[in-house]
Formats: sequence, structure tokens, C-alpha cells
Amino acid sequence: MKSIYLDYAATTPVDLSVIKKMQPFFDTIFGNPSEIHKWGAKASEGIKNARSQISQALNCNPTEITYTSCATESINLSHKGLIEAFSHPNHPIPPNLPHIITSSIEHKAVLETCKHLEKLGWAKVTYLPVDEYGLVSVAEVEKAITPQTTLISLMYVNNEVGTIQPIAEIGKLLKTKYPKIYFHTDATQALPYLDCDVKKLNVDLLSFTGHKIYAPKGIGGLYIKSGVPVIRQQDGGSQENNLRAGTESVPLIVGLGQAVELVIKNRAKESSRLKALQKNLISQLVIVPGIQLTGPKTNRAPHIASFIVKDVEGEAMMLLLSDLGIAVSTGSACNSQILTSSHVLEAMGIKAEDSHGSLRLSLGKDTTKQDIEYAISCVKKVVLNLRKMSPVFDEEENALSEVEGLH
Amino acid sequence: MDLSYTKEVLKHLKSPKNMGKIKNPSGEGMVGNRVCGDIMKMYLKIIKNEKGEEIISDIKFQTLGCGAAIATSSVLTTLAKGKTVEEALKISKDDIIKALGGLPAIKVHCSILADEALKKAVEDFRSKK
Repeated sequence: MKSIYLDYAATTPVDLSVIKKMQPFFDTIFGNPSEIHKWGAKASEGIKNARSQISQALNCNPTEITYTSCATESINLSHKGLIEAFSHPNHPIPPNLPHIITSSIEHKAVLETCKHLEKLGWAKVTYLPVDEYGLVSVAEVEKAITPQTTLISLMYVNNEVGTIQPIAEIGKLLKTKYPKIYFHTDATQALPYLDCDVKKLNVDLLSFTGHKIYAPKGIGGLYIKSGVPVIRQQDGGSQENNLRAGTESVPLIVGLGQAVELVIKNRAKESSRLKALQKNLISQLVIVPGIQLTGPKTNRAPHIASFIVKDVEGEAMMLLLSDLGIAVSTGSACNSQILTSSHVLEAMGIKAEDSHGSLRLSLGKDTTKQDIEYAISCVKKVVLNLRKMSPVFDEEENALSEVEGLH
Repeated sequence: MDLSYTKEVLKHLKSPKNMGKIKNPSGEGMVGNRVCGDIMKMYLKIIKNEKGEEIISDIKFQTLGCGAAIATSSVLTTLAKGKTVEEALKISKDDIIKALGGLPAIKVHCSILADEALKKAVEDFRSKK
């Protein structure tokens, strides 16, 4: 039985070198880093080394990295912490409510955090539309800026369709024309493949997580540029430079540092390797009648290929592919816990009846050319089988079986 | 929330029973719509036995929908085949769920259209008589 994992955008396995690096921190170097005895100091050393690995990857100062439990927590800390700072006596209170600009295709972590701030009456939020490829327009961002705009938050790479947003371009615009606005990017999907140098991007805040880059689940980080006012959201001890209370998860932090170093080291090579695999995958699937690519043809992250398959429902497709030994993902409403279709596809103008047939394959370090070939043949097979079941698919009109390579 | 399916659901999804069309059916019924995601069509062949009862001698389905939609269609056909029309109309959503060994709670309301498709097919058959 084949076992081909093509859902790296959902999560990744932990790299063996990461596990090895973490291992001693479970039982040998187990001290509480807040204690200054030898046990604590050794644990503290592990945290410090990881901070140095991450700061090198982001080209920032080690003190500008705060460990969290995941990107969702990083985003909550960044947005809630920044907006709260504006009601702090040390910072000027704007005449009107702080204004946040974000996009309608952000991860729920950003959208729900913004909604929460609106509900509390702490901020006004503009949700920018995107074009059919999921791209935010720089001109639209600038047009939405008001004197109250405090925070702009845009994801670097969209997790469903792989669109790359012009973060560096927007960062440059803000730095030169609107230096008082803080700029956050969610780099969760971008870190292993795109340049995340915070100085080149001109971002003030950057969120990332471990489990998308071959580190364990339960660890993430937030870059907070020195001087950016953020009020901690989890109260208690003075860990993490007073920004995130609670005893640090030393093994996970050590794993995160190692994973970041690893993906940065392999970034160029892996990006071009996956790009070639992605190109093959996309070109062979879009020739199947009724399968179309979602997201841009070029300018997409190398690891995400996403499609709309007509006359097929995504969850059924996912289950049948799983049965053939392939893990994929879908934005179909039928696969969500609240039965709503993907907000990303909706924002891109894809109709609800079409987004039911959404299919995402995401690639990673263990994906081979053979895996992709097998996946292509299985997708074709499953689509054909499900269409045969469908009362709305006309077999005579759409002679899918004539497509080359169908088994 | 647990979204996972039972082995029985996966079995029906992988190898659906009575899938396809019946040419010149005694009755057919279609329910659902594309926006909500599930569309289901039932075809019936009905004959009279020696006692003069109407028997579903053949039943086939076509479904566009999620795993639960396909599995519930498939299992309903196995429950209804060979039964009298009156007996088949008594098959409830609970009977379908029981035959599948359970369904995730969230799927119960949206995915079980098969009993309704069957009723519609019977209505169609009766209107033709």
C-alpha cells in the first residue's frame, strides 16, 4: 500500500535532526530556564541558541524574537497586544479608534482576532478584497489608509491557493510614506521558501510556526521589531522579555531553532526542486476536462497546487484518495466543521457550487517525482469514478476517459 | 468535533452498491441542489408480485456529494431493494444511520437526502400510473 503525503501545507513531519537536537532537553537538560543554577542555565542556553538561529534567518536581533505556542498565538499577541498598547498611557491615544487593514483571504487566526477587536470596540477593521488569483493590490492598500490606521496585516503566502502577496513592496511603501503604521505579515507558509529577511520586507511584526517547517506542533514565534509597542496577552511571570508568561517549552524551542536553520539552509534548493514538481503536477491536471487551477499561474509558492474539480465534491475526493494512499486537502464546505465553504475561494469570486470541488495538494521535503506521477494518475481515476456517480455529469459531453494516462 | 466516518461509510463510498441509472424506470426522483453541494437521483423499477403487491425489483442511485451523501444513498438502495413500496417508504433517516454504524452529527441533517429521493421517485411512479 502506497503512502504519499501531499498535505504539507496542513502540517509536516518532524525532521530527524530536529528530534535529535530536542532529545536531551526532555530528560538530561530539563531544568527550568528561569532558575540560575546549572540545570536552569543549560536549559536557558538552549533557548538562547535557538533564538540566535531564528534571528539569523530573519536578519534581526535575537531579543526581537518571542516564542509562542503557534502562529495563531503569535497573531493574537501581535494584533491584540499592539492595539491594546494604544490605550496605554505611554503611547499616544489616537483621536479615533485604531484602524486595521487586512485582507479577506487571511487565515482565520487574523480574521477572528480582528473581529474580536471590533467586537470589543477597540478597533475598526477594513477587509480588503482580492482579485481572481487571490492577490491584494498595493494601490488598494494605500487607498484604505486613514489617519487612524495603526496596523496593516497581510499574509505572505496564502495557505489554500499559494498566492504570494507583495509584502516587500507594501513594506517599502509604508516605510517611506506612512512610517507610523505598523506592518505585520503572517509568514507561516512562506518561511521555508521565500526570503523572510525582516529588513528587506520592512515588516514590524512577523508570525511563524514550527509544525509547517518540520518542527513539532505546539511551538511558534513572533518577530517584534524593537520599539514596537506590544502588550503581553498572557499574564504571569516575566518570561520572554515580559511578553509571554509561562515556563518555556525548552525542547520545542530548541526544535524550532533547528528547523528554522534547516529550512533556510535548504531554501533555494528545495524551492526550485518543488517548483519543478509543482509545474508537472499542475500542467498534467489542468488538461483534464473540468479541472482548473486556483490561484496564480506564476508567482505562487512552490509547494501549493490547488484546483477546482467540476462535478465532484472535495470531501469524497479526499477520502477516496486517502484510500489509495494519498493525503490531500479540500476547501469544500462538506469537509468543514461548520459546513461553510472556503472564505478564500469565495473572496476570489469562485461560486459556492464550484468550491465544493476544491482540491489542494501541497508538497514537501520527501515528495518525489514518482509521488507526483502516482498522485496525478490517482486524482484522474478518483475524479472519473466520482463523476460516473454524479447525476449532473454528462459522460457523452465530457469524454474524460479519453484523457491520456488514465488507468 | 469528530468528523470521522465509520468503516461501513467508507466501504459504501469506495464500493457503492446499486450505483448508476435504470433505463425506462418505473419512477425517478431528484433532490438537493448544487449550491448546498449534494444532488441525489434515485431510479426505481417496480413490479407486482403474485399477491398483487408493488415490489422494488431494482433501485439505482446517482449522487454528487460528500462521503456521507454517497454512502447514505448506497446503503438506502440495499435497504430498499426487494421490499414492497410501502415497506421502503418506511425506511427512516435513523434506519440509514444505523445501517452505516453511525454518522458524524454534523452530517445527519445535510447529507441524508436518500430517503427523500426515494419518496420523490415513488411519487413519480404513482403520478405515472
